[in-house]
Amino acid sequence: MATKKFMYLNRKAPYGTVYALESLEVVLIAAAFEQDVSLAFIDDGVYQIVKDQNTDGIGMKNFSKTYHALGDYDINQLFVSAESLKERGLSADDLMPLVYEDEDDDWAEKPSVKIVSNAELKELMSEQDVCLSF
Amino acid sequence: MLHTVNKSVFERNSLQSCLNTIDDSSVILLIEDGVISAAKHTKSALLADLAAAGRVFALQGDVEARGISSKLADNIKLVDYEGFVDLVVEHGTAVSWV
Amino acid sequence: MKISIQINEGPYQHQASDSAYQFAKAAIAKGHEIFRVFFYHDGVNNASRFTVPPQDDRNIVNQWAELDIKNAAGEPELVVCIAAALRRGMIDASEAGKNGIDGNNIHPAFRISGLGQLIEAGIQSERLVVFGD
Repeated sequence: MATKKFMYLNRKAPYGTVYALESLEVVLIAAAFEQDVSLAFIDDGVYQIVKDQNTDGIGMKNFSKTYHALGDYDINQLFVSAESLKERGLSADDLMPLVYEDEDDDWAEKPSVKIVSNAELKELMSEQDVCLSF
Repeated sequence: MLHTVNKSVFERNSLQSCLNTIDDSSVILLIEDGVISAAKHTKSALLADLAAAGRVFALQGDVEARGISSKLADNIKLVDYEGFVDLVVEHGTAVSWV
Repeated sequence: MKISIQINEGPYQHQASDSAYQFAKAAIAKGHEIFRVFFYHDGVNNASRFTVPPQDDRNIVNQWAELDIKNAAGEPELVVCIAAALRRGMIDASEAGKNGIDGNNIHPAFRISGLGQLIEAGIQSERLVVFGD
């Protein structure tokens, strides 16, 4: 089967709507297809991977822990819009420390999250074969 | 690439987010409430340059349904659903700013 | 050209399903192939065989059914995500049996399947177009 570049475009905050959770469910399935997978977090989508999420008070499942599993599925290209973070008063320190082990570098632990400018996002998007929006 | 935007510029930031990341060879198709962004109003300047370059399309059925045919900003190109299909075919990967 | 569609919203509440239907109809009229329509999120509600819209309104579910989108094996390629469907009360006879539920509501022009079908549509098709909120 041919390999294509898939980008998952996440622009909505978690919990208020189900898009973030169901996007994550697709990404976990996508891992089995051995495609070139990346995730983009733009606009309120950046809140999907903010740390210290606690859903005890709303009776909903806290699925933020699941993002930590992505590295084990070889999904390690999580691009976060620098402009979206900045607009929201957030920085890299506010995001979950998501990592993967690089098999080409003696399984060294490396960050999966990359904060990118709009110009870099533009370039990344233009390389994609398929863009799934949630 | 073909970028589709389906929300009014007055309701959400989808159009702005699209404009932030659109490359020089891509076009925008406004559909559903997105066509409101194609009308002449206080936010028309957002699309003016791209429209002048012939890179902004609006779905005719959605424009007519919303009664704004006579209020369109300059250089907006109208397409029907077959034109939508042609844009998808001609412009490669489709990105939806839902 | 081989084109697939992802629909994220249910019928009537959002225009997404209507837009996608008009797009699919136009694509077929122009000689393109709709490889698969994948219904996700509330989009799974487009597959209910129990919708009864007023007589003077369009029947979105039947419109999709009439497009008759099938693969070479004759199976429907209007595909409803199983996980999204089950949590929203959309269920076919087979899943109803497994879950001890005394009814089913998936229109026969649609079929329930896994999320892998969406990824596969992205791989197999030359274009994938998303319609949502």
